[in-house]
Amino acid sequence: MILDLSIPGQLITAFAPDMLLMGGAMILLLWSAWRPESEALQRNIGIASIILCVTVGVTIAYYVARGDSSGVGVIAVDNFRWTADIVFLIATIGTIALSMDYNAREGITAPESHVLVLFATSGMMTMAAARDLMIVFLGVEIMSVAVYVLAGLDRRSEKSAEAALKYFLLGAFSTGFLLYGIALVYGAAGTTNLSLIGERVGQPGIAGSAMLIVGIALLLIGFGFKVALAPFHMWAPDVYEGAPTPITAYMAAAVKAAAFAVFLRVWLEAFATASDAWHGPVWWLAVVTMAAGNIIALAQKNIKRMLAYSSIAHAGYILVAVAIGTPAASAAFMFYLLAYTMATLGAFGVIVALERRGGGQLQIEDYAGLWTVRPWLAAAMAVFMLALLGFPIFGGIGFFAKYWIIQSALQAPAPQTLLAVVLVLTSVVSAGYYLHVVMVMFMRPRSEGAVAVPPIGGWTRFVIAASAILIVALGILPNSVARWTQRSGNRPPVATAPVAAALPANSTVR
Amino acid sequence: MLAESLAISAVLFTIGVVGVLIRRNAIIIFMCVELMLNAVNLSFVAFSRYYGAEGQVFVLLVMTVAAAEAAVGLAIIISIFRHRQTVNLQNINLLKG
Repeated sequence: MILDLSIPGQLITAFAPDMLLMGGAMILLLWSAWRPESEALQRNIGIASIILCVTVGVTIAYYVARGDSSGVGVIAVDNFRWTADIVFLIATIGTIALSMDYNAREGITAPESHVLVLFATSGMMTMAAARDLMIVFLGVEIMSVAVYVLAGLDRRSEKSAEAALKYFLLGAFSTGFLLYGIALVYGAAGTTNLSLIGERVGQPGIAGSAMLIVGIALLLIGFGFKVALAPFHMWAPDVYEGAPTPITAYMAAAVKAAAFAVFLRVWLEAFATASDAWHGPVWWLAVVTMAAGNIIALAQKNIKRMLAYSSIAHAGYILVAVAIGTPAASAAFMFYLLAYTMATLGAFGVIVALERRGGGQLQIEDYAGLWTVRPWLAAAMAVFMLALLGFPIFGGIGFFAKYWIIQSALQAPAPQTLLAVVLVLTSVVSAGYYLHVVMVMFMRPRSEGAVAVPPIGGWTRFVIAASAILIVALGILPNSVARWTQRSGNRPPVATAPVAAALPANSTVR
Repeated sequence: MLAESLAISAVLFTIGVVGVLIRRNAIIIFMCVELMLNAVNLSFVAFSRYYGAEGQVFVLLVMTVAAAEAAVGLAIIISIFRHRQTVNLQNINLLKG
């Protein structure tokens, strides 16, 4: 069905999954404020939040099955949005599950923590749906404000407060750049609608105007801060280290995925015709990010910091897909987000399982000999490290994620051979720190004074096992997922074709 | 009018950016961020004289969001003050490496 977004009822239909999540989160917020704070309430709200996420996921599956689409409007109704939403919901469910065990151990009884995760996720879903710079801004802020609070969730921890402050100041600073970029693009194109901007930036007079170029540059800086591209990455390691571990997982997986989803949509829908202006800078950012992230990660001793730099490196790999800009690249992009999200969640799940109250046992050396005491946990961690590395077979879908990005780089109309070469070379460098963790776990003896590994909470087990099994199983059958993400790559070409001509094509793209 | 408004907006934005980069007090940095946002608001209002109400709607959106951000940001600054008895970023340096 083709939704006409100028009719209020159909606009609500188009936005219903997001509103379902927001409304549900508000009811849960009331529930958590109504009862006295307690451990049991924290768990109940957590379980209710997971149920809400599953409900929203089912709603989205129903929308995918209906195959709705929309013409020009503020909200996009397409498979790119639905696929991105599913990735965010997977990351949210994993985060809330890890948070329940982590909060119990750290003595954080505030049940609002899960509700804040839901609010941040509703912001992400808004970002994925945005087809207007106003909605882009609104989604980014709904997400960011909730995540600033989440970073400082552990009130008693000085590190958590410091992480929140750094994240807040740099996040607000980057919002300023993003907003100024939006203002100048609006000034140059005369509209905030992405499809209309896409039509107008190609016109002579606007195409090379200074206002448009400066606007695109400021937007690139703003998004660069949000997804932590080098040289705008310096906040990420500090914030990732200081924030509570499940929230770090959430920032590394979902927040990054959401920022990239909206980045890709803005770039390919609004600025596709202005690619001369941005291709060079994006190309260099990708190269610098891949190199800096991987090389600095080699020197890290703290596993959370190591994964922070690894997430910067992955931002570089994903940016390669933005630089390519073909439909095949957006499909590879979505597949990469899914693989990266699952591997990151799993790896942080293992960290949550081994961490001690107050933030002990976070050095890579503390993992020595894990294989001898907790073989399954060590095996799962090995799978996550190999998936992040992109190792065949044992790394599961991590291998295919990188493979498809490289393939789309080489098969694009303007082949990005050099980017593909840099991607492969920096991946080889990344083996230095991913395999180091595996080596420490399997080949070093357990040190004398090592603390016994405590019993692992049920939800943490669930997250670790589910991510490990999915990574390996989908690595054997990657095509089923690939078909699903490929449909997300065929974004409707509303910008260039007349609406009436574009619509039949949209409704067949499922 | 448009050129002058945009020039003032750019100057204000630059003052905000420079302030964020050189000042070390968290509250002053936050005020500089607010200055950046308001500089952008000025641009939006100036553009909306030419393109219609869209820019003014955006300004209302930005003001609402800035208020929400201020609420959260000041709470975060208070929480760090409780730990360190200072909001000077030079003394806030647990996380590095």
